[in-house]
Amino acid sequence: MDNKNLTLLNRIKDSDIYFSFVKSPTAIVSTVILIIIFFCSFFVELVTPYNPFDPSSLSLMDAFTPPSWTEDGLSKFILGTDGQGRDMLATILYGSRISLIVGFSAVIFALVLGVGLGLTAGYFGGKYEMIVMRLTDVQLTVPSILMALLVDGIARGIISRELHDEMAIYVLIFAIGISEWPQFARVSRAATLVEKNKDYVSASTIIGVSNLIIMFKHILPNIMRPVLVIGTIGLALAIIAEATLSFLGVGVPPTTPSLGTLIRLGNDFLFSGEWWITFFPAIFLVILAFSINLLGDWMRDTLNPKLN
Amino acid sequence: MKPINLLRILLAFMFVFVSTQSFAKTLKWSMQGDSLTLDPHAQNEGPTTQVSRQIYEALVTRGLDMSIGPQLATKWKAVDPNTWYFFLRDDVKFSNGQKMTSEDVVFSILRAKQPTSDFKEYISTISGVKAIDDYTVQIKTSKPNPILLNQLSNIFIMSKKWSTDNFVVAPQNWDAGQETFSATNAMGTGPFKITLREPNTKTVFKKNGKWWGNVEHNITEIQLLPIKNAATRVAALLSGEIDLVTDAPVQDLARISSSGGHKVESTPQMRTIFLGMDQAADKLRTGNTGDNPFKKKEVRQALYQAIDIEAIKKKVMRGLSEPAGIITFPGVTGYTKALDKRLPYDVDAAKKLLADAGYPNGFDVELRCPNDRYVNDEAICTAVVGMLGKIGVNVNLFAQTKSKHFKELKDNQGDFYMLGWGVPTLDSHYVFHYLYETDASWNKVNFSDADVDAAIRVMEGEVDLDKRNAAIAKAWKIVRDNIAYLPLHHQVISWASKSNVNVPIRPNNEPLFRFSSVN
Repeated sequence: MDNKNLTLLNRIKDSDIYFSFVKSPTAIVSTVILIIIFFCSFFVELVTPYNPFDPSSLSLMDAFTPPSWTEDGLSKFILGTDGQGRDMLATILYGSRISLIVGFSAVIFALVLGVGLGLTAGYFGGKYEMIVMRLTDVQLTVPSILMALLVDGIARGIISRELHDEMAIYVLIFAIGISEWPQFARVSRAATLVEKNKDYVSASTIIGVSNLIIMFKHILPNIMRPVLVIGTIGLALAIIAEATLSFLGVGVPPTTPSLGTLIRLGNDFLFSGEWWITFFPAIFLVILAFSINLLGDWMRDTLNPKLN
Repeated sequence: MKPINLLRILLAFMFVFVSTQSFAKTLKWSMQGDSLTLDPHAQNEGPTTQVSRQIYEALVTRGLDMSIGPQLATKWKAVDPNTWYFFLRDDVKFSNGQKMTSEDVVFSILRAKQPTSDFKEYISTISGVKAIDDYTVQIKTSKPNPILLNQLSNIFIMSKKWSTDNFVVAPQNWDAGQETFSATNAMGTGPFKITLREPNTKTVFKKNGKWWGNVEHNITEIQLLPIKNAATRVAALLSGEIDLVTDAPVQDLARISSSGGHKVESTPQMRTIFLGMDQAADKLRTGNTGDNPFKKKEVRQALYQAIDIEAIKKKVMRGLSEPAGIITFPGVTGYTKALDKRLPYDVDAAKKLLADAGYPNGFDVELRCPNDRYVNDEAICTAVVGMLGKIGVNVNLFAQTKSKHFKELKDNQGDFYMLGWGVPTLDSHYVFHYLYETDASWNKVNFSDADVDAAIRVMEGEVDLDKRNAAIAKAWKIVRDNIAYLPLHHQVISWASKSNVNVPIRPNNEPLFRFSSVN
């Protein structure tokens, strides 16, 4: 057991990726930042004593407390409070958890759908390929945020209002995922076209391996590099899309705010001097998206220089 | 080209340029929501009347000082307690040039009495109206009505011919979502006329050149540009895109007045904000207990005492509100300081009341709220959710735009809701007639009390002021003791404008652009 772990560790240490990683300060810094953000967001109960989702724990008299280092600040609210008396730090961390869950789920959804369609399209070709690729073309002409708004609007129409708040997060995941799948489909189809003419695929066909096994066992691992690169950048895009939708008021409900909802709520206080209500969620979103993007850039350079 | 022609062209250009520069005075007006409809009898709602008031006129009207004076009628007299004569101006023309006569007045009053009208409660005592001659109208009431003039000041006069030609003899059925010609077009006798109407986007008023009155304003065009987001509205004002905001956000007043080039005016508004709790339903639509806790007075009182109104005043309203004990305000007949006192804020007492009523663990309910009607409406509701959470009442907030909010309330969909009430007639009767009388059109808490109903009848028919005031006082005491509604506060309104824009602020939040100027 120990031996196996050791060899795995050694294999990682010997790999090109590890070498490139330790040589890239941006990759290291953004990974550290992301690890901190992920930890704080998913174990937020350990980090802060406040629960901003429990209205009965709030006191309106705490509202609009500025950050602790300013004149009227209180040490118990490090980044101040918002208009309802919620601690900003706790609210941001709870909010980023929602943003991250939505972002990850949407990307995974888009990845499964896009790779599934792209891989089969590239492998089988013919009319099926044409239909799938024209579908991606059509969808790429619609800006993804409009696509997401459309999905959200339809969902609002068909889901009853009582269920809507509970369903909002799933609708959001679906809306963002459906607007991002064409990227995955195109890349995986292109990669599949290259792979399917290689000897190992011909060999598998000759010995009678089924299409399904060839596609998902033999070709899929070989096309994962570009897909992962797109996935990482797509994660940043999905998080920003979630923030945009929530900022427009069609995302998650204000009682369980995500980063975008927080920025929207704080926006009302920009002129009145309560800058921290919108500034901290916004800067947090910028750092999060920026770190993911930097990591994505590094992955692209290392894994698939051709995509550059 | 002959030099003389060139000169003519140049002169023409200069004339156009100079005239648009010096004579065209456009005032860009913004608030968070739009008028719901242009039909002057379809919706009895603040911004809707604010828009109608610029286009339509009534027999009598309130001036800048809020006192009643003549408008389309020059004088009036009551020959007996139930018969009134109104003598109309003979020089009034509608904006299409057609003369206004008593036929139009009779038509409009009857139109406002139809079932689809939202103003029928105003004039429910009018039993008959007829034209005596072209400029004399006789109005008969079913009983002596001491506040007839107050009520008539809100009944706008339309053209009979225009309404007939455009198939809008009956008011738009707003509650049923009907669309009519009169909902998007308007033709009145007022100082302005509508030339463009894009609901929720842009409404353009042009000066009505055929107006009968003495022109005291210098405005050629008004553009109403609703901007829902408070920060965007303030940004538009500060950047000069908007000239006047009639609902400046309380948190931004200091910023606006310090900007130089802008001014802010505040005045207590004739409007009280309150929460309604359905007391008649057997089961709450959004509850979890299988019954209706609001039926018990203890529960209503528990909710009342759980609300820290001072915290709302300080944090949400930034000091610009006046905590209320009844749904009416100083200046209205029947208001007294003693009635306006609130029950004390006391969380422990509230918890005890709730436990005594049989809900020691609280209950679930949904609070319906508008998010673009009252000052910080959604923020007040969010604060209320937190405060009620502290006594175990688990409130789910549902905030939406005012048109949907009002429509669904009228459709009896609310268990627990926010509403604000102004009193255009400045008489308590208006409040009781709409909010407290059994089955009244805005009595969505389904409050019903025979003594209150009897007192309302007295208010309508009693000309002896002492007896009438006694009836009002008695009715207020009953509804206050019963906690029929949960009053929150009287609103304070703030108008912000460019320094060169002069629109007198009025406590009913209605701008009168005929007294306004742009310098």
